[in-house]
Amino acid sequence: MNLFFLSAGLLAPVFLVVFFILLLVFSGLAKKQRRELREIPGFLQLRKVVGQAVEAGSRLQIALGSRGLYDQDGASALAGLTILQRIAQAASISDSPPIATSGDSQVALLSQDTLQTAYRSAKAENLYNPLAGRLAGVTPLSYAAGAMAAIHDEQVSATIVLGHVGGEVGLLTAATEQTRGQSLGGSDNLSGQSVLYMADQEPIIGEEIFAGGAYLSSNPSHHASLQVQDIARWVVIVAILLGAVARMVGLL
Amino acid sequence: MKFSFSTINAAVAISAGLIVLLGYFLPGLEFIRSTVLGWASITAGFALLAGVLNLLSVHWAKITRTGGTAQTRPLGVYSVVLLSAFLVTLIVAGIADTSAWALWIYQYVQVPVETSLLALLAVTLAAASVQLLRRRFDVYTGLFMAAALIALIASVPLFGVGEVSLLSQARGWLIQVPAMAGIRGILMGVALGSIATGLRILMGADRPYGG
Repeated sequence: MNLFFLSAGLLAPVFLVVFFILLLVFSGLAKKQRRELREIPGFLQLRKVVGQAVEAGSRLQIALGSRGLYDQDGASALAGLTILQRIAQAASISDSPPIATSGDSQVALLSQDTLQTAYRSAKAENLYNPLAGRLAGVTPLSYAAGAMAAIHDEQVSATIVLGHVGGEVGLLTAATEQTRGQSLGGSDNLSGQSVLYMADQEPIIGEEIFAGGAYLSSNPSHHASLQVQDIARWVVIVAILLGAVARMVGLL
Repeated sequence: MKFSFSTINAAVAISAGLIVLLGYFLPGLEFIRSTVLGWASITAGFALLAGVLNLLSVHWAKITRTGGTAQTRPLGVYSVVLLSAFLVTLIVAGIADTSAWALWIYQYVQVPVETSLLALLAVTLAAASVQLLRRRFDVYTGLFMAAALIALIASVPLFGVGEVSLLSQARGWLIQVPAMAGIRGILMGVALGSIATGLRILMGADRPYGG
């Protein structure tokens, strides 16, 4: 077996190119025929909470986490921004527009931009307030403290966690519970996930946080990316099993 | 042909992303990649400045807000504390040769406050685990709680008993076999999700930059 072919230096770009081509192909197919998605209770709950907040005229807080785009875990904040746009569009008829908190200034600026774009597309640009997208604190714990203060000060009825948040998310869920609000969402951080599993009714687990776009919008590329992720997951599983067998029989 | 501002945004973002990505694999593009990353570092510095101004504006607005009732008006005490602390730190950092003072603020204000929050977090998590049993009592909750209890109890020698080897073995097995398998599975899914998110932005399908 040619080990050079298996080296990470070549495998990574090949994997990316194949992933990209599949994404394009499935995006084209998704435009013609949409595949039914399996139910994720966390996203059903998210829709319900957004609907309730709009109806009651109460405010939502979208917590985009404490990591920046330069960090390895920055992708979850980008996924959170996609969901923020959908939520802001849906809540554009509400009396209390949502606020987005983050622990990184670049993500805070992007959240302002996302909110403005969402309101513009919903023809409600007058609702846009630059202070609705805000930096809550620059360390994980100061971020949690800043987001907790927003829950108390801004009459937040639900906190939706969509980003990289560690165990400190427990402080957010406790503050939400104190104000008789709801907390939901997911994190790509393992400690954050376990805390959310304890605190939320329907937690969003693991990579489900990246599926939010597909569940909340009709954009074909989001549906396509779910299909490609499924395929890639099976490829990785088969590769792991083949590697284990090859190791057992002495080929590797 | 008319180009909108969002089209220019998308073109700049997609080309910068592609250059940085290709720069990792094609040696010829390494110089351009490092130049683009250098620009990104400079803009990140300005973004931090904008972020700090945003933080100050939010808290200033909380202090000066006059509308609403006493119940809906935010309690401005914390905002006053934040703005005062910012001012003090700024003055300390602005005076020459103040690394010792800045370190003092970090050691005796920032660290104790964050440690107190961590202590509070421990209590909060204990309360959350009790509520989990009340809210959702099923097989998964049982497994979750049992695993957490075994891991906690076996982490330290028990009072008057010492180390219980059976518990330590159970904890070792839990951490090395099922927990590790779960962690790897979740992280693999997160990595694939991250790749998909990045590629969608490179395609211009997701535009978190006002597109």
